[in-house]
Amino acid sequence: MSTKGKVKGIISNLVTVEVDGPVSQNEIAYITLGTQKLMAEVLKVIGKNVYLQVFESTRGLKVGNDVEFMDHLLEVTLGPGLLSRNYDGLQNDLDKLTGVFLQRGEYNYPLDTEKYWSFKPIAGVGDRVEAGSWLGEVDENFQPHKIMVPFKMEGIYTVKSIVDKGEYKILDNIAVIIDAEGNEFIINMVQKWPVKKAINIHTEKPRPFKLLETGVRIIDTANPIVEGGTGFIPGPFGTGKTVMQHAISKQAEADIVIIAACGERANEVVEIFVEFPELEDPHTGRKLMERTIIIANTSNMPVASREASVYTAMTISEYYRAMGLRVLMMADSTSRWAQALREMSNRMEELPGQDAFPMDLSAIIATFYSRAGYVYLKNGQTGSITFIGTVSPAGGNLKEPVTEGTKKAARCFFALEQARADRKRYPAVNPIDSYSKYIEYPEFEEYIAKRISPEWTSMVNEMKTILQRGKEVQEQINILGDDGVPVDYHITFWKSEVIDFVILQQDAFDKIDSVTPIERQEFMLNLVMEICHTNFDFNSFVEVMDYFKRIINICKQMNYSEFHSDLFEKFRNELNIILAERKRV
Amino acid sequence: MLHAVGVGNEELATVNGKLAQVVKIMGEEVTLQVFEGTEGIPTNAEVIFLGKAPSLKVSDQLAGRFFNSFGIPIDGGPEVEGEEREIGGPSVNPVRREQPSELIATGIAGIDLNNTLVSGQKIPFFADPDQPFNQVMANVALRAKTDKIILGGMGLTNDDYLYFKNVFNNAGVLDRIVSFVNTTENPPVERLLIPDMALTAAEYFAVDKNEKVLVLLTDMTSYADALAIVSNRMDQIPSKDSMPGSLYSDLAKIYEKAVQFPAGGSITIIAVTTLSGGDITHAIPDNTGYITEGQLFLRRDSDVGKVIVDPFRSLSRLKQLVIGKKTREDHPQVMNAAVRLFADAANAKTKLENGFDLTDYDERTLAFAKDYSEKLLAIDVNIDTTAMLDVAWEMLGEHFKPAEVNIKQELVQKYWK
Repeated sequence: MSTKGKVKGIISNLVTVEVDGPVSQNEIAYITLGTQKLMAEVLKVIGKNVYLQVFESTRGLKVGNDVEFMDHLLEVTLGPGLLSRNYDGLQNDLDKLTGVFLQRGEYNYPLDTEKYWSFKPIAGVGDRVEAGSWLGEVDENFQPHKIMVPFKMEGIYTVKSIVDKGEYKILDNIAVIIDAEGNEFIINMVQKWPVKKAINIHTEKPRPFKLLETGVRIIDTANPIVEGGTGFIPGPFGTGKTVMQHAISKQAEADIVIIAACGERANEVVEIFVEFPELEDPHTGRKLMERTIIIANTSNMPVASREASVYTAMTISEYYRAMGLRVLMMADSTSRWAQALREMSNRMEELPGQDAFPMDLSAIIATFYSRAGYVYLKNGQTGSITFIGTVSPAGGNLKEPVTEGTKKAARCFFALEQARADRKRYPAVNPIDSYSKYIEYPEFEEYIAKRISPEWTSMVNEMKTILQRGKEVQEQINILGDDGVPVDYHITFWKSEVIDFVILQQDAFDKIDSVTPIERQEFMLNLVMEICHTNFDFNSFVEVMDYFKRIINICKQMNYSEFHSDLFEKFRNELNIILAERKRV
Repeated sequence: MLHAVGVGNEELATVNGKLAQVVKIMGEEVTLQVFEGTEGIPTNAEVIFLGKAPSLKVSDQLAGRFFNSFGIPIDGGPEVEGEEREIGGPSVNPVRREQPSELIATGIAGIDLNNTLVSGQKIPFFADPDQPFNQVMANVALRAKTDKIILGGMGLTNDDYLYFKNVFNNAGVLDRIVSFVNTTENPPVERLLIPDMALTAAEYFAVDKNEKVLVLLTDMTSYADALAIVSNRMDQIPSKDSMPGSLYSDLAKIYEKAVQFPAGGSITIIAVTTLSGGDITHAIPDNTGYITEGQLFLRRDSDVGKVIVDPFRSLSRLKQLVIGKKTREDHPQVMNAAVRLFADAANAKTKLENGFDLTDYDERTLAFAKDYSEKLLAIDVNIDTTAMLDVAWEMLGEHFKPAEVNIKQELVQKYWK
């Protein structure tokens, strides 16, 4: 019999309950309010008093209302049919909810139990299997969705029977497995997993090294992220965090994209709802929505389920990784999740850490980021979760707990900067402060030498040096005046501007410029570096600016034209003529 | 705090006739927040629980009326008859939202050209208290083609309240306006109810009547200050700038009511957040900026002696949905080019101030910036968007060569003057 209790106290969404039996930390409970049942999670237990965070508004809740404990933690339901759905933070299918407004206490089953899937067995009778072993697969939006031995099952089992190739519903039995004692377990296509626990069914988690192409030049060329890597994008409001995240999720070379819209604007989620069913995946030509799952907990939806939403998204990501797929997960924004933690910690009257955030904030962030990664599965296949989170630092100040905590955990740092955004240099990623730790990995260097060219890494480093030098020179020009420095200084500065305008800046709203495949990035970087290596002759600094503005203009026109099209080649020839004008012989 | 049983969370009560709301229940102990303040309440005060959360009676009779924070008429007219609805109702299911796509024309180029507004958007003015934000907001409200305008005034001075009343009255649009007003003469905690009251009325017109509703909220800083007062009294640990830790969620609940419904109705929110000395890193504007879809900055440009909409710090996030689609194709590129050149002018100005010689290009950007401020950015401009683009091309042609403006060649060929 499950534990029951009665409401004793209410402060906003923190409810104190007196219980009549055992209760575990993070257990799920339902509070009865009239005909509605409100979902809640156990935060703290002291004797008979249990503190619950309610995932809904507690308006009208009274002392004495009944509470029922469910004897399980917050879980997600995993099975075929997750793709292209829009869930809330507790995995309710938003499309199944009727009515324009979200009614509290309305929950639904996240999958379709009536749909038939064509199942193909992989395992055979007599095979030894364990948690995560592939028993068979169904085709889910052209992805091989593996049906696995449930992750919760411990030990080694033997397949006793498995159904033949055919059409089955998710709750149909597809296999029977037996343990060492001969106990039988019936397996269907659905399993559940508690969201706060990582799914650990891989043998090894090596350092990631494979470039994850995003089509965004400032990432791929300058600060590459890798399959299974982690990155974060901090930035004050208005610097283009969300535009950048959307660009990555549209273009990245991933099999599955999972977007957790956590405590952000509803209209931004609507943009994904509208665009993704229309847009094509640049790598497969199919609709983007087919490979995408959206977990939407917008800022006006219940605060408590914000935390749940990022964990729900991560658990689903781990589920797809276990199938040997490349998953890209985006969370916008992790600061909102941290704020939700702060609100609850405050109501529980815990002693606050910096900026009133809970003391263990950076540990929570680090644990979460560590769930991403590139893994070898037990059958030798590989899978990956690349995770990119955004951070919304209060007042744009990067020395605040969420940014600092994340900086320790994530390996790529894409620092969005107000000054660049004000000058409309988008994406407003600061080229000097941002970094990718992966570029230093020997594994990555080896990989990229084969994928692009052996000189690639040194060329990227040289580009960064020129940018750095350009910045220093600019400061000197500002202090000494245009004519107070040698003409060479102006040339150095303008070479760095060519890199900035042609490589770093990118028009996310232009059809062609928004996506740059890596081959094209290589071509443009070669071209720009060739300009940087050229020695030019000028009589005065005035000529320098005019001349380089013409170069930038032509190169930008190239960025706007189809790669290697007639127009593109025409601009390239024009560029050669301009370069010849001033080239030192 | 008192002892009572069977009380619901967030329920209303009266304490010696003063309205109050349940904010905390611990066993038999109930904590009430008295909106008017607790002055003169004795320990033996009579408390009556009303068994309902704060609510508003909605019907077409709301139009043209002025109410206080509790939805009681303050214009001497009769009580409104209608369906009683709890304020602060549930949020819209994101999958039932429509993507905003209708441009709101204001005639002000600093807004229409650089920071185009879209119906269903939420955007605040970030302004110092001495700037004419209420005037600009009233202008926007009157020029925008909407069915209803709902004014939520929080901590409004009596003068500003009368200003709005007169402007709406003189424009002959009083029948399209509903006002909920808390002036500085009223207790500050009362104003916490204003946004929810205004938005409950807005939802009635937008959902039940499929109307386009524009909600004006001024000043949200007063609202946030009231939140801080309450959380302080509740012994909550303050976070940045003495604001409650839940400030983001509290503000988001209000601003996220802005929506485009599939049936045609919409709620657009234009708010005011007053700053102290232009500081946008303060918790109130900072949290607001993360919630709203952009912000509008006003600034006095000393070169032309006019108040302009600052093109650098202002932003409308939804403009991408309409510019170049609902407006002429060259809109996005012209907008960016002009702002970039305006930034170059700012650099030239710094050079000038530091006593350096200016190049010919610098001189031209400065001349351009003056024209641009005067003819486009100033808040007294009132022309349509196509005219704004033509004016911009004229300026570009007058001061620059095509290679200097970084615009796609096909557009330059078509529109260069």
